[in-house]
Amino acid sequence: MSNYVESLGQLWGPLLVLGQIALFTLVLLLSIAFLLLLDRKVWAGVMMRKGPNVVGPFGLMQSFADFGKFLLKEIVIPAGANKTVFLIAPILTCTLAFAAWAAIPVAPGTASGTSWVISNLNVGVLYLFAISSLGVYGIIMGGWASNSKYPFLGALRSAAQMVSYEVSIGFVIVTVILLVGSMNLTDIVNAQEGGIWTWHAFSFQHFPLILVMFPMFIIFFVSALAETNRPPFDLPEAESELVAGYQVEYGSTPYLLFMLGEYLNIVLMCALMTILFLGGWHGPFALGEEFVRDHPFVNAFAGLFWFMFKILFLFIMFAMVKAIVPRYRYDQLMRLGWKIFLPTSLVAVLIVSGYVVYLGVQS
Amino acid sequence: MAVIAFYLIAAVVLVSALSVIMARNPVHSVLWLILAFFSSAGLLVLIGAEFLAMLLVVVYVGAVAVLFLFVVMMLDVDFVELKRGTLRYWPFAVLVGIIFAAEIVLASVIGTADMETNFDASPGAETNAEAIGQVMYTQYLLLFQMAGIILLVAMVGAIVLTLRHRPETKRQNIAKQTSRRRSDAYELKDPTPGQGI
Repeated sequence: MSNYVESLGQLWGPLLVLGQIALFTLVLLLSIAFLLLLDRKVWAGVMMRKGPNVVGPFGLMQSFADFGKFLLKEIVIPAGANKTVFLIAPILTCTLAFAAWAAIPVAPGTASGTSWVISNLNVGVLYLFAISSLGVYGIIMGGWASNSKYPFLGALRSAAQMVSYEVSIGFVIVTVILLVGSMNLTDIVNAQEGGIWTWHAFSFQHFPLILVMFPMFIIFFVSALAETNRPPFDLPEAESELVAGYQVEYGSTPYLLFMLGEYLNIVLMCALMTILFLGGWHGPFALGEEFVRDHPFVNAFAGLFWFMFKILFLFIMFAMVKAIVPRYRYDQLMRLGWKIFLPTSLVAVLIVSGYVVYLGVQS
Repeated sequence: MAVIAFYLIAAVVLVSALSVIMARNPVHSVLWLILAFFSSAGLLVLIGAEFLAMLLVVVYVGAVAVLFLFVVMMLDVDFVELKRGTLRYWPFAVLVGIIFAAEIVLASVIGTADMETNFDASPGAETNAEAIGQVMYTQYLLLFQMAGIILLVAMVGAIVLTLRHRPETKRQNIAKQTSRRRSDAYELKDPTPGQGI
């Protein structure tokens, strides 16, 4: 009997993790459905259109109608395509986009120094960086396996683009890691506790560094646009040149998976920016130690609210950029990545490390 | 639990490594190679070296293998044609294989006696990254710097070999473009009728 109870106890841990994964997946899928609609509404608003407004009140059910349509269509695989790789590509994109969320802490835990996260990794930032650098494979595989010219061109463009912008993203992340002294995402968020002036984008507590960290935030934002193939850097799918790039031959559920992966990556980048630069779950003013100690659950839900609010703010910025800025030419894209962002972020790493060593923010 | 995970991941590594050389399509080979890299990162996570694992994924899977894939996709090489003559070399292949196997057997028979099987992935530090940093920037600083210089020389060499200055290509000078004012671009004229400018 005691053996049985013991094994049940061992089972409890994995079951809890499975439950957390199911909860994350469900919440993410539902939010993506509405964020997609928000994206289209913002885009339409800038162009003085109404946007989707037929299905449900204010068009709220539009994404679900689209979902049903994608699922019910026939999956068409081109005759010359490499079938296995063709189907693995969208699945890979979507799986990786979900996998990255395992390390994202969304709210403060009830004990200090903990957080609501599926896996509290010591190398959380690196994990996210690694997973997002794998995202390029979905696109290359899809473009190659389609056995057609436009998809292949789109895939090649995207490979070069994503690899270039990862470099500057890496250096920007290094500046934040230097300031915090840890690669754990929970530690990075907790280092920004205490109000809007301690967020890394502003860094008033490291006073001269605001001149470095705010441009780093901007560089990260622009690089995130390029990394997720959003306009103005949507060259892999530039519809006026490549029809739809790597997605040309895809329809039905595989296309749905590509699109889902793309939007998950956008929200992931927003979450990463929130964690690295905008203080994660911390509100713009400190709640006070006593209040946090007495009301841990209020604190947790307030944290969850702020985290989602900041992600939503950044997502609307993404949508606005899509509506306002015209597409870059390919050589301009490469110039921006290699000749401007890379040197700037490299200099920033030097300055921040000099600050950390000589002005001693860290022991 | 860890043992099951080890055998599962190790099996994936072996199968994908074997598939790298068995696959007929070179692009499939590279994809199998990527799976092998990724699973090796899984093995590193299992022994607690999570920093090394993530670096393996970022560097090898995220950058090096992308370039492999890029090159293999771009090159239009008929690999069936290339492979036609390879059977002639089987005695060499067998010889190399035997030497390789013998070395591994020798190493595992002699080596296991003093090899630690249960080692600490982050000795003397809280995390794996700190442990590596403490050794790399103190004890092995010279080697680390040397590796950096070798990479720099390789990079400069590659740029020197491929850089060509072509005077006929039109380049865009962004600073010049943005500093253009309205007065530089055009001029208003008021032509009198019948006279022109």
